[in-house]
Amino acid sequence: MKVLVPVKRVIDYNVKVRVKPDQSDVDLANVKMSMNPFDEIAVEEAVRLKEAGTAEEVIAVTIGPEKAQDQLRQALAMGADRAILIETTETVEPLSVAKLLAKVCEEESPQLVVMGKQAIDDDCNQTGQMLAALMGWPQGTFASAVTKEGDKLHVTREIDGGLQTVALNLPAVVTTDLRLNEPRYASLPNIMKAKKKPLDKKSPSDYGVEITARLKTLKVTEPPKREAGIKVGSVADLVEKLKNEAGVL
Amino acid sequence: MPNIISRRDLDFLLYEMLDAESLTQKPLYAEHSREVFDQIMETAEKLGENVFQPIAALTDREEPVFNNGRTILPEETKEALDAYVEAGFPAMSFPEDLGGLQLPYLISQGVGATMGAANGNVSGYMMLTGAAARLIIAHGSDEQIARFATPMIEGRWFGTMCLSEPQAGSSLADIRTKAERREDGTYKITGNKMWISGGEHDLSENIVHMVLAKVPGGPAGVKGISLYIVPKFIPDADGNPGERNDVVLAGLNHKMGNRATVNTVLNFGDKGGATGWLVGEEGMGLAAMFHMMNEARIAVGLGAASTAYTGYLHALAYAKDRKQGRALDDKNPENPMVPIIEHADVKRMLLQQKAYAEGAVALCLTGARMIDDEKTAEDEAEKAHLNLLLELLTPVMKSWPSEFGPRANDQAIQVHGGYGYTRDYPVERLYRDNRLNPIHEGTKGIQGLDLLGRKVVMKEGAAMKALDAEIRKTLDEASGLEAVAAHADTLKAYWEKLAATTMQMAGQAAKAGPKAYLANATIYLDAFGHVVVAWIWLRQAIVAARAMEAGTGEQNFYRGKLQACRYFFAYELPSVTPMLELLATLDTTCMEMDEAWF
Repeated sequence: MKVLVPVKRVIDYNVKVRVKPDQSDVDLANVKMSMNPFDEIAVEEAVRLKEAGTAEEVIAVTIGPEKAQDQLRQALAMGADRAILIETTETVEPLSVAKLLAKVCEEESPQLVVMGKQAIDDDCNQTGQMLAALMGWPQGTFASAVTKEGDKLHVTREIDGGLQTVALNLPAVVTTDLRLNEPRYASLPNIMKAKKKPLDKKSPSDYGVEITARLKTLKVTEPPKREAGIKVGSVADLVEKLKNEAGVL
Repeated sequence: MPNIISRRDLDFLLYEMLDAESLTQKPLYAEHSREVFDQIMETAEKLGENVFQPIAALTDREEPVFNNGRTILPEETKEALDAYVEAGFPAMSFPEDLGGLQLPYLISQGVGATMGAANGNVSGYMMLTGAAARLIIAHGSDEQIARFATPMIEGRWFGTMCLSEPQAGSSLADIRTKAERREDGTYKITGNKMWISGGEHDLSENIVHMVLAKVPGGPAGVKGISLYIVPKFIPDADGNPGERNDVVLAGLNHKMGNRATVNTVLNFGDKGGATGWLVGEEGMGLAAMFHMMNEARIAVGLGAASTAYTGYLHALAYAKDRKQGRALDDKNPENPMVPIIEHADVKRMLLQQKAYAEGAVALCLTGARMIDDEKTAEDEAEKAHLNLLLELLTPVMKSWPSEFGPRANDQAIQVHGGYGYTRDYPVERLYRDNRLNPIHEGTKGIQGLDLLGRKVVMKEGAAMKALDAEIRKTLDEASGLEAVAAHADTLKAYWEKLAATTMQMAGQAAKAGPKAYLANATIYLDAFGHVVVAWIWLRQAIVAARAMEAGTGEQNFYRGKLQACRYFFAYELPSVTPMLELLATLDTTCMEMDEAWF
């Protein structure tokens, strides 16, 4: 089985995000960037499938600037076999990403795509579902357990009411939730080995996909500051304020 | 990273100041690249953040326990070290043909700073192990390397340094442990060793003790000292730990801090004699040990520096968060209280910590880069120059961070006020941990004697000339930069005054005798250290000033560097003047104080 793992370069989860003074976007200059944590979980899951003998090859793919190679190298150091960088400096929206990934799927014919359920920068939570729809493949989203049973993939999903296990025909798309696994550290010998693993560079035009943004960002602002509360003198005051000021009664 | 160490600052030091990338041009490190270095630092950062730092309070609280000849440690200690070994760190700076990753020493010290700041007393086991393996590689036979060093490079076995004895700490010439040659070429080792870090535990499959001992009938003093490998378990024919050697845990030392590194009293030969293998030749033990100790001393300095660093970051975070009082010109009690970082005195305490911690890390990493340059130097003159610099700066790199690192931790407590004095905050633990560093691997007093008695005068002052050339290079670089030119003039004046004082002292030495010449060697060490760190701060400021001119963004980061440099030159460097005045007279007040007058 061949497994494809899309990964995204995002602002590091430890960084306090700042808005640019002109409110056009968040400020990414000189900010630490990392692999989306949900994608790290996806890489880990794919590598475990390979270690268990369920998968033969793990391919990491990303769409982003040249520096997104760093995240591919990390995936390679964690155990992926090869990587594809689709290079662009444009902001790519989920549908464009899904279309590009669909082209990669056509070319590589993976049996399984494992990816993060969402990226921690825009929190869209759309790409995996869109990819499944474009390919006409079954999807198992928010996975907290994945096992192969015969020719089916059993995916345990975290849903509002608890856990739901679905059996998917392959090929399929799985998106990962936090509790699926704990990603390994890239070990030093594997970091060195990763340097020699193949990394193909492509561009969106190689796949004939138009990536123009369909959304226009009007402005980006910080959440409003929480203001200090007030003390009320009596219950009557409280009720009065709830009624007339807050308008909740 | 949560208040462990600033990765931004480490990147500044490694790449902007010390140009680690240029090391990949050298054949020895050609396999590597910036990307590899970054990923390794990334793994170190994650391990520090997720594994080492979270257990630091626990490994302090649950002190090692002596139980029937064994050491009981919290299981988290082993889990952390297993993760470190699994990630492949123990092999990082060893040569490829020995199974190492042949990383520059500089990068391994970048990792060391990160682990040291996260939890230096757990990573301490690995520092000792690396040092023991290096010692065998430098002086042992091929067979000894394969048998004992390889498992340590792989992180399966740990190592120790057995130098001190109950009656012989700094005074190594007076050790009594005996080594008697047996017919099969091994030696029978008998004696007691004291202050042995990592002397007994179940953290690794085997423990390789590097033991100093004397062959009976040999020369007195240091010339009679030889070095032996004494494993806890004697390796069998397949190289696996076999028969238990006669090394017995006699007790544990209960320490103020640094508790996760168990400190032991070991008895060799209680049951008839421990088996040891001679490393190199008889009588060469101390020379061999010192070869290794130079790197170990830089590592101690870096440990002190990184412990100061994490304390500083904790204090900084606390000061931004804690609200107390109002601005001194704000008389309105209705106004909200301000974060304490707005008070000038708190800023002073934070700047002091920043100047000490960042200065100390920069100093040690500069030394690490020199080690790489020495290893890869293409001509003999360059090699000799770097060797002289390292000889001279090693006592400074060991002791300046060890002296001023704990002072930074002291100020971190002060910033926290009463909370800092409780165990609910980590700063009191960091202070206790760091207080070890002026004591072990050669006390501060010993470092002073080494600097003034040996290094400054070696080869007719050749090491001082080597440093003079380096400092002048920096002064030239600074001269065209408006932001730092005044600091360059100041440094020049202090360096020349230090050199002149050194000459004055040496000039009186013949008449006054070595006792008087060396009586204030520790003060000389402090003065010398401050001038060297001023040089290191100027070097950082030059890089920052150029980056500001180039407008590379991150102005706040570089401004911080320039301000800390300004602080060091205005608040710290002047303390050198009265020290030099005292030193120049070879003052004998302390030396002449009679025991009976106390």
